[in-house]
Amino acid sequence: MDPVTLAILDGRLTQIADEMDATLYRAAFNPIIAEAKDACHGMYHAETGDTLVQGAHGLPIFVGAMAFAVRAVIDKVARDGGLTAGDTFLFNDPYAGGTHLNDFRLVRPVFRGDTLFCWLASAGHWLDIGGNVPGGYNPQATESFQEGVRIPPVKLVADGRTNQDLLDILAANSRTPVSNWGDLQGQLGALDLGERRLHALLDAYGDAVVAAAFDAFSVRAEALMRHAIAALPDGTYSFQDILDNDGITPDPLTVALDLTIAGGEMVMDFSRSSPPTQGPVNIAYATTIAACYVALKHVFTAVPANAGCLRPIRFVVPDTTLLAAGPPRPMAGYTETILRLIGVVLGALAQADPARATAAPFGTINALSLSGHRADGARWVMFSFFGGGLGGNPESDGLTHANNPISTATIPPVEILEAAYPVLFTQWALRPGSGGAGTHRGGLGAIYEIEALTDTEVSLLGERGTAGPFGVLGGDAGALNQFTWQGDAGPCTPPLVSKVTGVRLRPGQRLRLETPGGGGWGPPGQRDPAAITRDRRLGYVA
Amino acid sequence: MTRAVGVDVGGTFTDLFMVDAATGQFETAKVPSQRGDEAAGFLQGLRAFGAVSGLGSIVHGTTVGTNALLERKGARVGMITTAGFRDVLEMRRRDRRQTWGLWGDFVPVVDRDMRLEVAERTLADGRIHQPIDPAAVQAAARALLAQGAEALAIVFINAYANPANERAALAAAEAIWPNAHIACSSQILPEIREFERTSTTALNAYLQPVVGDYLGKLDAALAVDGFDGPFHIVQSNGGVMSTASARRLPIRTALSGPAAGVIAAAAIAAAAGYSDIITADLGGTSFDVSVVVQGQAAVAAQATIEFGLVIRTPMIEITTIGAGGGSIAQVDVGGLLQVGPESAGSRPGPVCYGQGGTRPTLTDANVVLGRINADRPIGGALTRLDVDAARAAILSQVGVPLGLDAEAAAEAIIRVTNARMAGAIRLVSIERGHDPQAFVVVPFGGGGALHVGALMQEVGMQAALVPRFPGVTSALGCIIADIRHDQVQTVNLALDGLDAAMLDERLVAEATAARDVVESAGLAVERIDTVFSADMHYAGQTHTVAVPLPLSAGSTTGVTEAVVRTAFEHAYAAQFGRVLPGLGVRLVTLRTTAIGRRPHFDLTTLAPDAHASMALADRGTRQVWFGGWRMATVHDRLALPAGAEIMGPAILEQPDATTVIDPGLVARVDPLGNVIVSRQ
Repeated sequence: MDPVTLAILDGRLTQIADEMDATLYRAAFNPIIAEAKDACHGMYHAETGDTLVQGAHGLPIFVGAMAFAVRAVIDKVARDGGLTAGDTFLFNDPYAGGTHLNDFRLVRPVFRGDTLFCWLASAGHWLDIGGNVPGGYNPQATESFQEGVRIPPVKLVADGRTNQDLLDILAANSRTPVSNWGDLQGQLGALDLGERRLHALLDAYGDAVVAAAFDAFSVRAEALMRHAIAALPDGTYSFQDILDNDGITPDPLTVALDLTIAGGEMVMDFSRSSPPTQGPVNIAYATTIAACYVALKHVFTAVPANAGCLRPIRFVVPDTTLLAAGPPRPMAGYTETILRLIGVVLGALAQADPARATAAPFGTINALSLSGHRADGARWVMFSFFGGGLGGNPESDGLTHANNPISTATIPPVEILEAAYPVLFTQWALRPGSGGAGTHRGGLGAIYEIEALTDTEVSLLGERGTAGPFGVLGGDAGALNQFTWQGDAGPCTPPLVSKVTGVRLRPGQRLRLETPGGGGWGPPGQRDPAAITRDRRLGYVA
Repeated sequence: MTRAVGVDVGGTFTDLFMVDAATGQFETAKVPSQRGDEAAGFLQGLRAFGAVSGLGSIVHGTTVGTNALLERKGARVGMITTAGFRDVLEMRRRDRRQTWGLWGDFVPVVDRDMRLEVAERTLADGRIHQPIDPAAVQAAARALLAQGAEALAIVFINAYANPANERAALAAAEAIWPNAHIACSSQILPEIREFERTSTTALNAYLQPVVGDYLGKLDAALAVDGFDGPFHIVQSNGGVMSTASARRLPIRTALSGPAAGVIAAAAIAAAAGYSDIITADLGGTSFDVSVVVQGQAAVAAQATIEFGLVIRTPMIEITTIGAGGGSIAQVDVGGLLQVGPESAGSRPGPVCYGQGGTRPTLTDANVVLGRINADRPIGGALTRLDVDAARAAILSQVGVPLGLDAEAAAEAIIRVTNARMAGAIRLVSIERGHDPQAFVVVPFGGGGALHVGALMQEVGMQAALVPRFPGVTSALGCIIADIRHDQVQTVNLALDGLDAAMLDERLVAEATAARDVVESAGLAVERIDTVFSADMHYAGQTHTVAVPLPLSAGSTTGVTEAVVRTAFEHAYAAQFGRVLPGLGVRLVTLRTTAIGRRPHFDLTTLAPDAHASMALADRGTRQVWFGGWRMATVHDRLALPAGAEIMGPAILEQPDATTVIDPGLVARVDPLGNVIVSRQ
């Protein structure tokens, strides 16, 4: 295919996905989408569901997982038939499409005449879908039924008609039905826009040309990934790390990788990881593949975001591990497991390619849910994720107060949160000394302190309370995650380190979250003395 | 004293445009910019028009603020914050530098030890939870002075809701602060979202001494030359302000130069009968695009200068991509041709400049294909371009890897660049819901008119308008721009049961304050218009929709709940194609703009003179590549008469730019001297 047309189509197709992202962000009702950009849009292969094109700003973890979601719809159609233009499927089944119950996917076929050309999909994190804990992150769930309502792939729109019954069922199962409905409207708007734009493009260039371009993108991604792998020395590189616990029992859990490079191919073998858990830190096979994809993309940044880049990689993820769990294993805390998994991939690659070694990022989202009732009896739910430090790297110290590698989320401003919820922030600050020491130290984590202004129920699903984010090439680990609150009898900490639910604060009582910094890169003794002086002057070190 | 001058100081050249209102005569000038001593280049340019004392007024588009931000050469700033929040500036909105890749860090413009905290707190509803202790503020200010602070920024949480604590702290600090570089956030941006307000206030303080010094030098130099007329600065919003305002709010000059270009393009197009245009400014390293709808440039509420440096103040929405004459072409390991964003800059520059550049650029491709005349380089610094060296570099670095000969490789470079530029145009048009096919593209800058055909065809636009002087468009914009002042105020009101009388009072106060600034600017205006809008959303959303409010300025605005609701639903439906009945609506932030309309600038002064003729303009023919070598006619553009019609393939040359007319296109010179390009 003519390389110039290819370059043009590359830009135009990505732009369509970008516009879909932008439409949903602006129209969304919950800050997890609007501010945290916990959403994703793209185009997927008609027969295989493989990712063809992805927006540049979509949530990275979805980028890898969406192909599985589309595949679930393809399986459904194969089973039940009856696919027509305009049909739109809706579901949140994590076992089929990866991630967790809060993530609602809409999948719509794009027909050219009578032929299915490709699929468009939209994923977005809805605020609340029932379950024991507002916001869904129930750290004590032992079955998915305690995390929320699970919807398999079903038609929301069939023959041009929206299934209101389905919407009514969804509304009845959420603490925040209006927010969910508003987000759904935004997702439908994004799909409408994507469909219009794609048809216009196909009309202009011809279906066959665009289809050929899809193939060429995939070939190119595969070639770039093979090139990147081939540059690494053959061998097996093993790395493992732990999760604090599963929220039910205090035992640490292992995420282990044996990464083998052999002649331009890579094998990622997770067989030595812990078995599925009782608590909600399991992930589905689709999520594991998606997380590997995210880790590799962060290292091999030039490889394009489509299915081709995974072809040179073979995955070994036995269903006897927590990384390929099935129903009804709880998965609300999937973020913690994939963050550990991404760290493990970075750790193994650091051995294969020390020149690009990157220390561990802070490694927990700290899903914090505060809720209560307003004076007029209305329910309020404040749900947010928090930041921490990235790892030291060959180029620089780690970035301070970053979002996690799985997301491009921005944090809601204090002023927006205080205007919306009965809370008072008493501190929003860097956490001195939290970055792992190193030639390039880890970025700093943060301290967030919140005072309740009314009776408030608190739950937290976090990690990194027992093992700090690791350093590389002799760098030190970053600080541990810490969560404390004022109880009636004095300061309290969670019995299971960073996971707790059912905490009650009375007005005037405070909670305090101190997040990890990143790991350090290189021996601390080789740090530039001027940088050490500066760290002390600015209070970056304790 | 009737002569007005627009001066645009860019990175490479200082462009000037002078018009005499009495005689209708104009002159242009272009002199090299003097980096680090911009005032010298500025004066040198002015003297091209004779004695500076004979000039009536000067309006200036500047990049001094932009450069200080990009090069991190601002002042040493001290900051005083609410206890517990001194790190807001450094914590940003918890973002990363890029979607993919985990390297790189962030250094805030105010070091952590220059940010001190004082006990105080205002609540989200505006109640004062803890009042300020003036002595504590003064102690903090003294400590910052002792550490070398040259400017002071005071930023308190929730100050948008009630500025009382900030104002009290400001008064206390002012009593001991030794200079005028001091401000609180509610003066700069009384709008919700603490990071954006903190960043904007900090960057304003960071620029205050720099811009203040620069304006001081200019004032002094102008005074030495005997100039005593009004001297104004173009803002990022496309309006001009007094130098007094610029010293107080230097952050509003961040996009001063590019904004002037958009204003000029809009005015030129409007005079030619086009109200919907897309401006396309192609310079050495970047391509700037903006959209003008019904004569109005799109204005964005904020911009990010680079990672973590956020400015929230109305700015003409200018989308920049790294594609310019100096953009480097290369084939990546996956076999794909890439052009930019890496640039050869002005040093070493393109291969054809013969200054040591070895990597082929867009300019090299244009030279190899005969589109740029190697014997007449624009800008006047070089006498001849090295075509052979450019061809060799393109062949070896692009042609061989792709299996193409030199001409095909050069053409590929141009096509890939065209596609990227077209992509940027689509992004600013389509993403805002506009169909680019309904727009006319207005290319300017040194290189825009080289690509006019491709921009039309790639995006599907019907016509292009190449201004009379593409290379000095921004300087012309300085003369055309109106006086403007923007005000913002977060109010956080529910629309249901709106207290219209209270809102009316606030709107009138905002309008009065904005008009006062415009009136005190000291430039002649025909009238002052006041424009109201609001940022609104459905309760629960965090993003807002900009809602134009059809209100009048005066002792009362006529605001009612119904008027606001209708305006909101109209704006929401226009953006999202649907409204959401039954949900609560909130009015988050009021925006008030006063615009002093300057006397109309008569663009017919630029029209071709009576002596112009096809014969005079004839420069013969030369070989130019359009998918194959074609004989193109070559014309002296400024000598073409109004009504001239030139069939492509053709090249129009002038000292500040080259226009390429592709085969199948026709160029017509309109009565104002613009070149209108359309399909034959």
